[in-house]
Amino acid sequence: MTARERILAAIREGLGRGALDERSCAPLAAHLDDPRPNRLPAASRGGREALLRRFVAKVRRADATLEALPGIDRVPGAVAAQATGTHTVRVAPHAELEALDWRAAGLDARFGPATGDDAVGVARAHAGVAESGTLVLLSGPESPTTLNFLPDLHVVVLHADAVVGAYETVWAGLRDAHGAGSGFLPRTVNWITGPSRTADIEQTLHLGIHGPRRLHVLLVGADPDEASSAEA
Amino acid sequence: MQPRCHSFPENAARALDDVDLQSALGRTTAGFPKKRLEGIATLPEFELLRDQATRIREHVLDHLDWYLERFADRVQAQGGTVHWCADADEARAAVLRICREADARTVTKGKSMIGEEIAINDHLEAHGITPVETDLGEYIIQLRGEAPSHIVAPALHVSRPQVSAAFREHHADRDPGRPLETPRELLGEAREVLRDRFLAADVGITGANMLIAETGTSVIVTNEGNGDLTQTLPRVHVVLASIEKVVPTLEDTSTLLRVLARSITGQEQTAYTTFSTGPRRPEDPDGPDAYHVVLLDNGRSRLLGGPARSILRCIRCGACLGHCPVYAQVGGHAYGWVYSGPMGAALTPGLLGLPEAWHLPQASTLCGRCEAVCPVRIPIPEVLRHWRTESWRQGRPGGAQRLALKGWAWLARRPRAYRLVTRLAARALRRAAGAGGALRRLPGLGGWTATRDLPAPEGRTFLDQWRERNR
Repeated sequence: MTARERILAAIREGLGRGALDERSCAPLAAHLDDPRPNRLPAASRGGREALLRRFVAKVRRADATLEALPGIDRVPGAVAAQATGTHTVRVAPHAELEALDWRAAGLDARFGPATGDDAVGVARAHAGVAESGTLVLLSGPESPTTLNFLPDLHVVVLHADAVVGAYETVWAGLRDAHGAGSGFLPRTVNWITGPSRTADIEQTLHLGIHGPRRLHVLLVGADPDEASSAEA
Repeated sequence: MQPRCHSFPENAARALDDVDLQSALGRTTAGFPKKRLEGIATLPEFELLRDQATRIREHVLDHLDWYLERFADRVQAQGGTVHWCADADEARAAVLRICREADARTVTKGKSMIGEEIAINDHLEAHGITPVETDLGEYIIQLRGEAPSHIVAPALHVSRPQVSAAFREHHADRDPGRPLETPRELLGEAREVLRDRFLAADVGITGANMLIAETGTSVIVTNEGNGDLTQTLPRVHVVLASIEKVVPTLEDTSTLLRVLARSITGQEQTAYTTFSTGPRRPEDPDGPDAYHVVLLDNGRSRLLGGPARSILRCIRCGACLGHCPVYAQVGGHAYGWVYSGPMGAALTPGLLGLPEAWHLPQASTLCGRCEAVCPVRIPIPEVLRHWRTESWRQGRPGGAQRLALKGWAWLARRPRAYRLVTRLAARALRRAAGAGGALRRLPGLGGWTATRDLPAPEGRTFLDQWRERNR
């Protein structure tokens, strides 16, 4: 008997039954093949503008900063304004970011995963979730995970039209794009809500322990007035 | 770690006399209820989501074998390896085997209660591998040679000067004259010291808040980012998880995540929630080459069919610890093992057995605050009562306490005798108390009267008064 069989047998003994027969398994398998959302909170619903406003407010509530930019070409300048004390920035090797004129902003952009010495990391989010101000980043050739955790300053580029209401919308989108069942998730999905923090010293909250001390979101394609009018 | 639950009364007495601990508990525990209320105020659907979260966890327990198999198959399909371990010995051996195959010299660790349960650090150290805790709280207690005193805030009992002293002692290569008092200085130093450890580690070990059957994914919920550095930088990522952690789908996971952090820190989500599926893909620029999940039973399957089963719903938010008047007085170490507070008192007897842990369910007034705040509505007082009943059957408590309880039980079932005895007792106490109306000492109840006076009954018994007024 393998360890797996022994433990499964112990579980079945605990439950007072044998292995499930085919008829009992069918609804379980169907649920996994076609997952449905449970109750979605009201904070995840609303029109595009309402969701954007909520997203901006929640990002700020989570101690991150956010800036709305009219177009992607403004990203290098916005990064340069945040990156005080360094000209070197580590940028995700995404075609959209590689195509930008970083030199014009006075920056030496290096593309690829982060090392322990990078002060600034620029990543690109797959989505933003309005209900909690959460950024969703997917690992992949154009999106190294180390960029999200090693640099002191984490700048995340997010297109305004990638802001959705609920986490469930992101899951459904990934299934649609890659097919449900096995293998539609990348190695790492990061939900990021604010910068690194700890309360391990006397239960008082302090920002910036192992991960980025600052999180700055560049919301591309949003009306700057709209973003700044968001109530915190 | 060697359990010391059997000496709970002595542990608790020591904790009550510990001035440092009492000031730490006073400073910290009061904050949790307020944070929780602020957190749930942002989610009007909170109660409804608690119901759904409860149903999800119950459904998983009903079909645990099926979901575990599905999870394991998915992990394997994506190039990961699952190690099924019936007990702590098997889990320790599995982790050591993985580390040896990777030629590991140092191992970084994210926070893992299963790591504590199987005492993995001692085992690795005994075999020449250096484990480094990277969660700030876990790192502090590792330096101090202690166990966590809270499942979410492991160094809750440590004061800032004590952290400073531990850093000065263990970071001996640094300038002894450096300032190291403010949180900023302490955080900065921990960040620098541990940054080198992250980059040098061969294997990274994390826990798992959940395992997702649909996708073969493990989930960690953290605030510091240490768990992510632990599982991204080394060549090998090992996940330590117990069998009941499985959840059906990403949607079910999302529902649980909406109630998890809110219940303890009040956050809508923690800073970092990370979903890991298998090792890095061929085209990925970073991430580990290997992904292992060590699945631990360690007595949980035995609980599935019994009255303590509901404790397996627990998602380890820590809300019950943060709201427990007993925990707030004695702290986590008094409980003598890995899990403390109400969830610890409900779970530990199931994992270690009543001969070791029978005191823990006794240390409760059954006030029910834990059940009131539990996001998956575990009836903790009911579980504690179950353990008390079992314990009584096994002859604990014994001695004078047992005799007294038996006497009371005899009396309570005989109304006439009960009324007579209480009437006589009330009269005797009143007479003994004299003019002051209070007793300073009572034979047999020295523990109770050591710190307070017993007010003597002022008039007749409740039952007598009840009968008279209803006439």
